[in-house]
Amino acid sequence: MNLKDFDWKPAALVPALALLVFPFIGSGSTWVTLTVAGLAMGMIIFIIASGLTLVFGLMDVLNFGHGVFIALGAFVATSVLGSMGDYTSSSSMWVNMLAVLPAMVIAMLVAGAVGLAFERFIVRPVYGNHLKQILITMGGMIIGEELIKVIWGPLQIPLPLPEGMRGSYFIGDAGVEKYRLIAVVVGLLVFAMLLWVLTRTKIGLLIRAGVQDREMVESLGYRIRMLFIGVFVVGSALAGLGGVMWGLYQQNVVPQMGAQVNVLIFIVLIIGGLGSTSGALIGALLVGLMANYTGFLVPKAALFSNIALMMAILLWRPQGVYALSK
Amino acid sequence: MNNDLLTLSGVHTHIGAYHILHGVDLAVPRGKLTMLLGRNGAGKTTTLRTIMGLWRASRGSILFNGQDITAFSTPQIASMNVAYVPENMGIFSDLTVKENILLAARFAKNINQVDGDRLKRIFTLFPAVEKFWNHPAGKLSGGQKQMLAVARAIVEPRELLIIDEPSKGLAPAIINNMIDAFAQLKASGVTILLVEQNINFAKRLGDTVAVMDNGVVVHAGSMKELADDEALQHSLLGLAI
Repeated sequence: MNLKDFDWKPAALVPALALLVFPFIGSGSTWVTLTVAGLAMGMIIFIIASGLTLVFGLMDVLNFGHGVFIALGAFVATSVLGSMGDYTSSSSMWVNMLAVLPAMVIAMLVAGAVGLAFERFIVRPVYGNHLKQILITMGGMIIGEELIKVIWGPLQIPLPLPEGMRGSYFIGDAGVEKYRLIAVVVGLLVFAMLLWVLTRTKIGLLIRAGVQDREMVESLGYRIRMLFIGVFVVGSALAGLGGVMWGLYQQNVVPQMGAQVNVLIFIVLIIGGLGSTSGALIGALLVGLMANYTGFLVPKAALFSNIALMMAILLWRPQGVYALSK
Repeated sequence: MNNDLLTLSGVHTHIGAYHILHGVDLAVPRGKLTMLLGRNGAGKTTTLRTIMGLWRASRGSILFNGQDITAFSTPQIASMNVAYVPENMGIFSDLTVKENILLAARFAKNINQVDGDRLKRIFTLFPAVEKFWNHPAGKLSGGQKQMLAVARAIVEPRELLIIDEPSKGLAPAIINNMIDAFAQLKASGVTILLVEQNINFAKRLGDTVAVMDNGVVVHAGSMKELADDEALQHSLLGLAI
């Protein structure tokens, strides 16, 4: 698509929100710190939500069990990073990466493999029935959480940041945590990769077409079921990656963390427009920024603020900011 | 070899609790353009969707090139060089015209791998496709979308084109363009099964005709025979051509 055809209004909401709150925060350095923290949080939520939005768009499947892949990724990271203490205790970020990167890859592989089984045994029998999808995928998540407790125990497990990723960079008086910058970079890489696949490859073209009209894609001779399985597995793997990022962001993991993040993910998907990758990015950034700004300005309104944001967006665009043509 | 490319025998289709087709018998001769006519709700679209496997026949058989495809999936049927243009045109409006064409060329990974001669022919038949090549398909007019839908159907060699109401909602000038395009396609020897409500469209293009009512074919024969028999038209369609 040409840039001149791109709808810039929703994308402009992100800088608009940041500029709008600036006078209320008052301090420039605090504003920078909160903004980077919000963008980092948004990018992690985007990594988690990107797969789910395609799963819904492509097959009209409401997967409320997506959170289990987040928790799984985070717990796998505790095991991998825990066994690589020599690398995580180094003060060099590059040496730390030698532990974090394998943790990410293994978490993605495990979450992807579990996603394959989840699709086959839990989602596939309930295609076309939203109520059953909601019930059975929530049930699947509960079972997943219990299995995590069996393997890793029911208690909270610390997931400390590797030594070299702790601390902050300073821009003037503004402190920007190193890990938050890493989260932004990883999120941008995932977005760029997704964008490249979706816009530059035939598979991506099929996914975008399938999100709009899967029946027509089948009428052109493509087996959309195979495509969906692939998207489900990739979406689960991305949730696993998001789980590693979220666990390191929170510096601890609990088996229920997936269910906790689920609420934010669905707010993001609704804001973005179900099935839209660009919408998920904008929704995630808005949610991340809003959570950080209100957490600082009006802490008691932190959760409500995102629901209010969603309501405001839906009043403006009832199908989400980048609603897809169906 | 049987001269019929497609044969439906006693096809019944249920959609949920509704029994829509009540034993459709239909033959589509090879290399001809067959019109499927009938009032609204007669079962024409259901017949096309059942042929494509989008809705399952609950009874009866569908033979294509002598092979029973009744239980085949939609992608399997499409892979047998059957192209389908649905009533809503099935355009991917968030994709560009070029991307819509590329998707229809199943074995092409990029637009350079699409048969150049076919593309030239498409551009000659439907200049709007070339003109709006890099535009989002959703921004095309109704007539341009219909041209794109048909262009997509012929970007690969096809044995059978199944097209549902191509003139619906189009201006008379665009309809004339569509008629010219279908006449050229017909001349190229491709078999076409076309549902139409526009009687002039049907009269100018059809070789054979089948008329449906209440989920069954109530008349089958040559288009000329029906066009020449006003009484038959009245009894089958409630109007004269």
